[in-house]
Amino acid sequence: MTEIATTAQAPPPVRLPLTEAAHIRVALIGLALSFLAFFLVLPLIVVFVEAFREGVRVYLAALSEPEARAAIRLTVLTAAICVPLNTAFGLAAAWSITKFQFRGKSLLLTLIDVPFSVSPVVAGLVYVLLFGLQGLFGAWLTAHGIKIIFAVPGIALATLFVTLPFVARELIPLMDSQRTTQEEAAVVLGANGRQIFWRVTLPNIKWGLLYGVLLCNGRAIGEFGAVAVVSGHIIGLTNTMPLHIEVLYNDYAFAAAFAVASLLTLMALVTLAIKTVLEWRLGSAAGAARVH
Amino acid sequence: MRIAIEQLTKHFEATLVLDRVNLEIGEREFIGLLGPSGSGKTTLLRILAGLEFADEGRVLFDGKEAQALPIADRQVGMVFQHYALFGHMTVFNNVAFGLKVRSRKSRPKGKEIAERVERLLHLVQLDGLGERFPAQLSGGQRQRVALARALATEPKVLLLDEPFGALDAKVRVELRRWLRDLHDSTGLTTIFVTHDQEEALALADRVAVMATGRIEQVGTPTEVYEGPQSPFVYDFLGRTNAFDCAIERGRARLGDKEFPVNGLADGPAIAFVRPHDVVLCLPDNSEPSEDAKLPDAATVRLVTALGPKAWVELSYDSQVVAAEITRDALAKLGMRPGSRCTLQLRLPCFFARR
Repeated sequence: MTEIATTAQAPPPVRLPLTEAAHIRVALIGLALSFLAFFLVLPLIVVFVEAFREGVRVYLAALSEPEARAAIRLTVLTAAICVPLNTAFGLAAAWSITKFQFRGKSLLLTLIDVPFSVSPVVAGLVYVLLFGLQGLFGAWLTAHGIKIIFAVPGIALATLFVTLPFVARELIPLMDSQRTTQEEAAVVLGANGRQIFWRVTLPNIKWGLLYGVLLCNGRAIGEFGAVAVVSGHIIGLTNTMPLHIEVLYNDYAFAAAFAVASLLTLMALVTLAIKTVLEWRLGSAAGAARVH
Repeated sequence: MRIAIEQLTKHFEATLVLDRVNLEIGEREFIGLLGPSGSGKTTLLRILAGLEFADEGRVLFDGKEAQALPIADRQVGMVFQHYALFGHMTVFNNVAFGLKVRSRKSRPKGKEIAERVERLLHLVQLDGLGERFPAQLSGGQRQRVALARALATEPKVLLLDEPFGALDAKVRVELRRWLRDLHDSTGLTTIFVTHDQEEALALADRVAVMATGRIEQVGTPTEVYEGPQSPFVYDFLGRTNAFDCAIERGRARLGDKEFPVNGLADGPAIAFVRPHDVVLCLPDNSEPSEDAKLPDAATVRLVTALGPKAWVELSYDSQVVAAEITRDALAKLGMRPGSRCTLQLRLPCFFARR
């Protein structure tokens, strides 16, 4: 947003006191760009080069074999479960944190960040300790024939945990900055809670919300650590795409591993592209909002 | 609608923001709540709107307890300080909002809503701007959209929170007139909050001056301006000169005159005098006058001529005195920094020294 603010003004004719000399600027930008090229762009290219090394036929075959398709399906299913749930949670959390005053508010804020600070492997282990065969609820679950660990529910739970903060974290600062005056105006005009949410609050946060959903989705698709602990690696049943890639790689099926990896990368790139577009929209929306 | 506010008390955490406030507001009255920030005036307005609840006391709308009424049944329209327009909606949809959110039974038909919105946009002189977004309007236009939106639900009471606060001076004066006309033609009871004494005095039928959660004084602008009941009210309503004086046997001595004072005990007191009631005379002037003439001469420190008026700042007995005189008087006296003159004080207002 600060970028927009500065570029909107006419460029100053003289060098600002905080601007570096030309050769330093070139050196710094060059350093940053070559770093990016080496660590980000090169690996991306390698993924696709390796994926197509043995030809398009092998590539397509790797993606269409039953195990790969099961992994893709499971990943999509996990995302389809986690993204809506965490969107609902994020909205509720952001709403309650920004629009109400209550005890334990800062505790809730801290708790939302726990998945960011805890290693995903630990998160997975916690679920194993809770729901695993030897876990706290293990006996009860077994008695009732409910399988969570080494099954799809466990994978969904672990992913849910890891992706919990994304929507809430995106919305809280946004809703905080908008405060509640528009909602108050709607209340005085006779709107009920549902109408206020759909007609006033949601339209005001929609770009931020979409951005949070995309981040959440990206992580849900790519999560490895937490899922690896709870999945049990049952090929064709509880392998998500990242886990499947690892299995293929360990079996020296490099072309197939990179083929699935390329698909995962493609998903991430699409997410990134949408995110960039949204960021741009979000930036200009914030700029327009400041005119008020 | 008649409004009665009785013993209204409100705390935010441990802070007392409204302290047993009483106020009667008559049908079709235009009343200004005037006070510095933190005086509780906005909180009072928000309680009337239903956005806050009082800890104690009652608010009666036409004799009915208002705090028990759902906001939608209060028939109140409100214009917020920064308008709080819905930025993602067009002007038309902003104005129509209050009608569109009604339940299906009481909601007017689409065509009827459109007609009413058009009529309101015409009323606030925004014809043809229905398809614009708030961000595309000027401050004054946004303010009028906010008004049209508040009027769309046909309220009986209109609440305005610092309605002109965000506007530049010229637009402010124009809108002030216009708002007064609008009030007179619609038959609403209007309550507005402001910290600008000039605005309150120019616009309202009655002014309620508030300080630290209490209403200090209520009255017509003339009553309040000419008969302030406390030093705070006097000081808040305009620029003030304060002179030490003494009260003996029910009479205050100021300069070479004595003034009868009612209800003040003997002892040290303060005389307040407005700058436009400070008369400057040449030191050799010995014409008899009814005003209190101060014994010593004052020295002019600064002269600022602005339009037909001139501001003169003088030092008198180690204090600064401000005087507002006409430009003609300034020319006649030939005052410039360093000039000496005597001061005559008109219409002093006495308060006991606390």
